[in-house]
Amino acid sequence: MTEVKHHISDDFLIGYAAGSLPAAFDLVVATHVSLSDDARARLHAFDAVGGCILDEMDEAPVTKDSLAKTLSLIDGNAASEAATPQNQSPRENGTFPAPLRNMIGCDLADVKWRPIGMGCKQVIISESTDATARLLFIPAGQAMPRHTHRGTEMTLVLQGAYRDETDRFGRGDIEIGDETMNHTPVAEAGEDCICLIATDARLKFEGLLPRIAQTFLRI
Amino acid sequence: MLDLDVHNLMAGNPRDAHYAQGRLGSAPADVEPLMSTPLTPPLLKAQSCEWIAEVMVIAQDRDQAAFAALFRHFAPRVKAFLIKSGADEALAEECMQDVMATLWRKAHLFDPARASVATWIFTIARNRKIDLLRKYARPEPEDLPWGPEAEPDQEDVLALQQESRKLAEALKRLPQKQRILIEKAYFGDLSHGEIATETGLPLGTIKSRIRLALERLRHNMSQATK
Repeated sequence: MTEVKHHISDDFLIGYAAGSLPAAFDLVVATHVSLSDDARARLHAFDAVGGCILDEMDEAPVTKDSLAKTLSLIDGNAASEAATPQNQSPRENGTFPAPLRNMIGCDLADVKWRPIGMGCKQVIISESTDATARLLFIPAGQAMPRHTHRGTEMTLVLQGAYRDETDRFGRGDIEIGDETMNHTPVAEAGEDCICLIATDARLKFEGLLPRIAQTFLRI
Repeated sequence: MLDLDVHNLMAGNPRDAHYAQGRLGSAPADVEPLMSTPLTPPLLKAQSCEWIAEVMVIAQDRDQAAFAALFRHFAPRVKAFLIKSGADEALAEECMQDVMATLWRKAHLFDPARASVATWIFTIARNRKIDLLRKYARPEPEDLPWGPEAEPDQEDVLALQQESRKLAEALKRLPQKQRILIEKAYFGDLSHGEIATETGLPLGTIKSRIRLALERLRHNMSQATK
C-alpha cells in the first residue's frame, strides 16, 4: 500500500457514495481509493450511512408478483452467470490501479500520449458536458505552465512526484484546486510524473500562448 | 433465523469465487470451512447481526426461503429509495427486482467484517441507479485480493455490525433538519457544491473499525504470500 499523505476530502467521498459526482471525478475517486486504505475505510463509512438511510426508508408497496418475477429473473440469469467476468483485482507491479486500467484498456506502457509542449504529454480519457478526465505526463524536473482554475480540479499522482506552492505530492496523493488557486506544479527530478486529473471546467492558463494552446489541446 | 444450525450455515466461504459460477440450487460439495472458529450462535443471534445468516444461506444453499425473508424487508425499501432518487413507479419496480436478483447472485461476495447487509444492499441499489442514469458502468475501486487464508475475523464481524447499529441510532438522534439534508445528499438531490464538508456525521468509530479490518486483511494477505 502506498503511503498517502494528501487525502481526499469527505465531500467527494459522500458524493461518490451517493453517486452524484460527474463521471470524471468518479474515476479519480475510485482510483485514489484503490491506493489508500484510509480513503477506503472512509468511503465504506459513508456507504454505511447510505445503508442506514435505506434501512429507515418508508416502505413503497411492491407489485403482487414482485417476488415471483425476481425469482424468475434469477433463474433466467443463472445460465449467463458462468460468463460473468470475475471481479477486477490488482495486477502485480502495475502502475495504474484497476479502475483506471479498465477505463483506458491498458497500463502506463501502452498509453497513446499526445505531446502538448515543453515535453509534457497528455491523453483525454473521458469528456462530458460537466467534466473531463485526462492523464498528464510531466518530464522529471519540468514545470507545468502556471494556471488557475475556473472550476474544480482534482489531481491524483500515479507515478513520480510534483511540488507546488503548497507541498509535495507523490503516488496516491490527491490535490484539489479551485478558482482561488494559482499554482505552478514542478515535477521532481529523478522520475517522470504521471497524474490523473479531473476538471469540471477548463484550466485557465496565464499568458497568451498557453491560452491559445488550451483552445487546441482542450486542457 | 435464530434457531438455524449455524455451523451448517457457515460451512461455505461466502467469498469463494466458484460460487459465482455455480448454478441455482447446486452449491459445491467440497467447500472449505469458512472459519477456523466458526461464527457462534450467540454472535448470529445478536440483534446487530441481522440478515447475515440469510445472506450466508443464499450464498451456500441458494436458499429461497431466506431470500424471500430478505425480499420482504428490503424490496419495499429499495423501491422507495429509487423513487426518492427520481425513478417513477414502474422503473423503480423493475430496477428493484434487478437489485434483489443481484443480491442473490453476489451473496458469496458479501463480507460481514466490512459492511452490514443493509449497507451492502444500498451499494448494489446505488450502483444500479447510476448505471441507469449514465448508461455505463461506473468505475469501482479495486477489490482487495483475498488470500487463501483471508477470512473475516469473528471479532471484526461482530464489532463492525455493532458499529453499524450504533451509527443507525446516532443518525436517528440527529436534528431533523440535518438528517433531511443527509438523506437528500444520498437521494442525489444535492449538487456537489451543496454537500457540506462538515456534515457532523458520527463516523469516527465505524471508520476506525473498518480500517482495522482492512489492516488485518492486508496482514493476512502478506502472510499468505510469504
